[in-house]
Amino acid sequence: MTGFLIEILQVLVVLIGAPVFVGWIRTLKCWTQSRSTAGILQPYRDILKLFHKDIMLAENASWIFRFTPYLVFGVSVLAAGIIPILSVDLPLAKTADVIALIALFAIARFFIALAGMDIGTAFGGMGSSREMMIASLAEPAMLMAIFTVSLISQSTSLSQIPHVIAYGDFILRPSMAFALLAFILITLAETGRIPVDNPATHLELTMIHEAMILEYSGKHLALIEWAGMMKLFLFTAIGIVAFFPWGIAPSDNMAAIPLALFLMIIKFAVVGTGIVLIETGLAKMRIFRVSEFLGSAFLFATLGMLSYFILE
Amino acid sequence: MNLAAQINSVMAALILLTSFGLLVQRRMYALLHIFAWQGLFLSISTAIVGYVSGTHHLYISSVLTLVLKVILLPYILHILIIRLQIHKEVETTINVPTTMLIGIALVIFSYHLTSPIRELSTLVTRSTIAVALATVMLGLLMMITRKHAVTQIIGFLSMENGLFFAATSATYGMPLVVELGVGLDILIAAFIFGIFFFQIRTTFDGLDVDQMAKLKEED
Repeated sequence: MTGFLIEILQVLVVLIGAPVFVGWIRTLKCWTQSRSTAGILQPYRDILKLFHKDIMLAENASWIFRFTPYLVFGVSVLAAGIIPILSVDLPLAKTADVIALIALFAIARFFIALAGMDIGTAFGGMGSSREMMIASLAEPAMLMAIFTVSLISQSTSLSQIPHVIAYGDFILRPSMAFALLAFILITLAETGRIPVDNPATHLELTMIHEAMILEYSGKHLALIEWAGMMKLFLFTAIGIVAFFPWGIAPSDNMAAIPLALFLMIIKFAVVGTGIVLIETGLAKMRIFRVSEFLGSAFLFATLGMLSYFILE
Repeated sequence: MNLAAQINSVMAALILLTSFGLLVQRRMYALLHIFAWQGLFLSISTAIVGYVSGTHHLYISSVLTLVLKVILLPYILHILIIRLQIHKEVETTINVPTTMLIGIALVIFSYHLTSPIRELSTLVTRSTIAVALATVMLGLLMMITRKHAVTQIIGFLSMENGLFFAATSATYGMPLVVELGVGLDILIAAFIFGIFFFQIRTTFDGLDVDQMAKLKEED
């Protein structure tokens, strides 16, 4: 029973925490650029405003266009229940391992790409084709990175990884370092952060994610934006549980949750700072350089896997 | 695995990473920096192996590597790059993803090739032999794929790094006399390369070695 309580608590944490995380990143970014900030809670206000607006639908919008926001949001909520963020061995964790989780995100992306093409505007199709190009390069690299981690934990289940890393002996593993490096690059690409995509601009020549959702408005847009924030939050959570799981609560232990929550907030704050440092230090790259960027992610992931066999 | 062997593994991984960095980096200065880092990791690894095995001449090799490959050779190449006025040059024709894939295949090949040695050997460093061989092969690949004379030399020097690493991990290093000799050779080679660079540039009006394929003068 406590398991389900923790499960519900965790989904709520993701739902509420994702906009705060994005707000934290935006605030930090404003500070580094000496701008005045809109506050850490601004993403909430954006979402709330969008929920109050009417939906404008194109005449030729099909059911795919109307269905996609709910599917994308639903996938994010489901993933929020599967990834161990507060506690290991959640009741839902057994339903999907990390490969199924990546497939879940792929379903969401597939439908967003379809919806981008559904209306038939040029921008939507362009965004979809770019997104699929990036996805086709990012997903093999992501799987390679995950395989490296699962080689060490002997399981593709995300719940199993903290058992080996946090509760086992501490060993210096070059393979984990490579996998982490690959994972950071992939996360930047998958969540549309700066070297690959710029989440803050609607410049027609460069946008990828924004181009696909250009036709959405009102409640639909709010759901997609919220799901996008959750995706960033969840990818960070996967990274934390796979590489820095120290402090996560053991299963079914309500008393350990406050500490786990506290440590989680600290970890996310640190990761947010890292993202801002990367985004401030780099410029957005040309779209044809993305293949090299993700190629090196694949290289790191493969080197991680090889060094597991060679060096450990 | 004890801690020293673990740190040695991490150093081996970093050497492999720098090899790939050399393979795909287009800019001259960045190449020099990566090469210097590779020398530093090699030096640290040599010192660790010396500590683990108790062979004290490896400390001398380590210091030699540090002086020669981290400070002296990058400095000489740096001077050369400034004198030749190629510090802003960027190589254009290099297919990075394909080169990376070939590189990965080479790493797997070296692992396969060295696995019998790994089974037989009793040294703590036996697992890094595969990385050493891979570094040699990646240096060779760099010499094949690159067209610029200076980058080919860096490839050659990184190959030598790989050989040195192989000697350290397979047999706890060569005799000191041999290592001193090789070090001196490398230094002399760097000077000769410098002279050759100037010759190539005056003859071919550039450092692109593809032009050397032309044996006759233009019609």
